[in-house]
Amino acid sequence: MTTNAITVRELTKRFGDKTVVNGIDLSVRRGEIMGFLGPNGSGKTTTIRMMCGLLEPDFGTGTVLGHDIRRERSAIKRKVGYMTQHFSFYDDLTIAENLHFVAGLYAMRPKRQIVKDTLEDLGLASRKDQLAGSLSGGWKQRLALAACIMHKPELLMLDEPTAGVDPKARREFWDDIHELANNGLTVLVSTHYMDEAERCHRIAYLSFGNLVAIGTTKDVVRDAGLTTMIIEGADVPSAARALAGEEGVDQVAYFGATLHVVGSDARALKRSVTRIAAETDCTAVPAKTSLEDVFIQLMNTSRDNTP
Amino acid sequence: MSRFFSLTRLRALLSKESIQMRRDRVTFAMMIGVPLVQLMLFGFAINTDPKELPAALVAPTQDRFTRAMVSALELTGYYRFIAPNATATQAEAMIARGDVAFVVTVPSDFGRRIERNDRAAILIEADATDPSVASGAISTLSTVAGRALQREAGDAAPQQDRGVEIIVHRRYNPEGITQYNIVPGLLGVILQLTMVMMTAMALTREAERGTMENLLSMPATPLEIMLGKVLPYLAVGAIQVVVVLAAAKLMFDVPFIGSLTVVLAGIFVFVLALVILGYLISTVSRTQMQAMQLTFFFFLPSLMLSGFMFPFRGMPQWAQHLGEIFPLTHFLRLIRSVMLKGAEAQTVADSFVALGLFVVLLSVAALFRFRRTLD
Repeated sequence: MTTNAITVRELTKRFGDKTVVNGIDLSVRRGEIMGFLGPNGSGKTTTIRMMCGLLEPDFGTGTVLGHDIRRERSAIKRKVGYMTQHFSFYDDLTIAENLHFVAGLYAMRPKRQIVKDTLEDLGLASRKDQLAGSLSGGWKQRLALAACIMHKPELLMLDEPTAGVDPKARREFWDDIHELANNGLTVLVSTHYMDEAERCHRIAYLSFGNLVAIGTTKDVVRDAGLTTMIIEGADVPSAARALAGEEGVDQVAYFGATLHVVGSDARALKRSVTRIAAETDCTAVPAKTSLEDVFIQLMNTSRDNTP
Repeated sequence: MSRFFSLTRLRALLSKESIQMRRDRVTFAMMIGVPLVQLMLFGFAINTDPKELPAALVAPTQDRFTRAMVSALELTGYYRFIAPNATATQAEAMIARGDVAFVVTVPSDFGRRIERNDRAAILIEADATDPSVASGAISTLSTVAGRALQREAGDAAPQQDRGVEIIVHRRYNPEGITQYNIVPGLLGVILQLTMVMMTAMALTREAERGTMENLLSMPATPLEIMLGKVLPYLAVGAIQVVVVLAAAKLMFDVPFIGSLTVVLAGIFVFVLALVILGYLISTVSRTQMQAMQLTFFFFLPSLMLSGFMFPFRGMPQWAQHLGEIFPLTHFLRLIRSVMLKGAEAQTVADSFVALGLFVVLLSVAALFRFRRTLD
C-alpha cells in the first residue's frame, strides 16, 4: 500500500482543441488536506472529475487509493466521496429519502441504522422529513457532506464546497473537515477563499490547466519571491495612478485607505515606490506578502506564458 | 430615447436572442427542420381515399370470368392483387394479418353457372377494421365487377337482371364503427407519447439539475441507472394499459376476440421498446426542453405514418416503408389483428419480431450512448 492517497502523472484532458488540464503531476499523502486553488476555468473541477473516475484522461497515468484511474474506476467510486460544486442531491426528495438513496447505492448495512446515525450526527434528525430543496445553502452543504461520507470513504473530494455559505457555517464545515482528516481521511478540496486555503495542510495552484505552485502556504508565498509594500497617506489615489506601469510594480491594490504594491523585482519595486511615495506625500513601508498577492501574481504570469 | 420603447434596446435583445438561438444547435435545427420534414411527409403520404389496396383472389378455376373481373378491378385503381391465386386458408391468414385488405372469392362453379345462365355469386370480403380503408373501394367494387362480368358473359347472359350476385362482407367490423379501429390504436398512441416522453424527461432532468454527476460518482453502473429509470415507467405503462383496455370494453364496447395473453405480450414488448427509446433520447439531449422536442419530432410522424390516423395502405409505397420504422406501426397491426380479428400468436409473429428488433437495437444504442456520455 502506498503512502499516497493520490498520485497522478502528466494528467491531461482536452475538450475539442482546448486543453483544459495540461500535464498535471500531483501527489496527495494519506490523511492530508490538500487545497486546490485557481481561477474559474483553471481545470480544478476537470482534474477532480478525472481523479474520481468521472472523466477519462486523454493522457497521463495515476492511482487513487492504489487503484488505477483508468481501469479501476468502480473501485475508486466505492472508496471515494465526491461532493459536487452545485448541490446535486434531489430537491424533491426529503433529507432522509436522499440519505436512504445513497445508503442504498452503496449497499450499506444496516441501512436504517446508518441513516439514523448520520441524521443524528448532523443534527438533522428533527428535520429529516423536510424536502432537501427547501434547505438553506448551509444546510444543503451539510447534507451533501453527510451523504458523501456516509459510506466511510478513504478519500474525500470537495469541489468548492463552501460557495454561497455564510462565514459561521463555513467555519463549522472546516472544523468537520479537520476532524475527519484527524481520523485518517484524506481530503482534496477546491476553493476560491484565501482563508480556506490557509486551513489546508498543503495547497496546489492551477492556472489555465497548469499546476503552477504546490506546497504549504508558507512555501508557496516564499517560493513566489515577491516583495510587498504598503503605501499610506493623504493622496493614495494619486500614488495608485502614478504607480501603474512603473518599473518593478506588478500589482497595485486598494486595501481600505492603504495601497498594497507587489512586485517580483524587489530592488526596482522599492525604488519606484519610494520615489512615488515622496512625490505624492505618502509613506511607504515594507509588508508581508499575502497568499492572495501570490495567487494574483501567478494568475497574471501564467496567462502571459499561455500562447 | 423613449422610456417605454427604444429601438436600440430592442435590437440588443433581438441580437442576443438570435445568438442564443444559434448556439442551441439542436433546437434550432428542429425548429427549421421539423415543419419542413413534416410538411413534405404528410403532404405526400396522407390519403383518405386509399388506392391500390392489396387484395387476394381465391379462384380455384382461373377462367376468363375471373381474369376479366380481376383486370376490371385493377383498372379502377383501388385494388392490386398481390395474391391472384390463393387458397381459402392462405387468404384468411392474409386478411387476418392485414397483408391484404380484400379477399375476392370466386366459387369453382362460377363460370359454369354463368354459361348455363344460372344464378352465380362471388364473395368479396373487406377488412373493415379501418372503415375508411374499405369504404371507397367497396363503393366502386360492386358496380365494376358486375359490369365486367356482364360484358364478359355477353351472349351467354343477354340482358338478364339476375346475372351475377356480388356479396360483400365487411369483416371484423360489419357496421363500420370507427371506434373499433381508433380505440386499440389509441392505446398505442397514448403509451407511445407518455412512455417515450416521461423516460426521456426523467433522465434529462438528472443531467440538467446536476444530479447525474453525483449519481455517476457513486457506484451505479449504466445498466442499473437505465433499469432504474425504465422500470418505474413500465409500471406506469401497465396502469395505462389497464385503463385503456377497460375503457375500450366498458365505454366503447370494442370487441375483444383474440387472446388477452397475446395482446399483453405485444403491449409489453412495445412498451419496452418505447421506454428504451425515451432513454436513448435522453442520452442525446442536454435539456428537458430538447428531450421534449425530440419526442415530438418522433411522435408526430409516427402518429401520421403508422396507420393510426390515416389508412396505412393509402400511403404511397415509400411512405409505407418509412412507416415500418415506427414501433407504433407494428403494434397497431398486432393489437388490431388480435383484438378485432382474433388472430393467433403465430399470425402476428412478424409484428412481434419487428418490435423485438426495436428493443434490441434501441438497447444497444442506448447503452453505447450512455457509456460515451460518461466522458
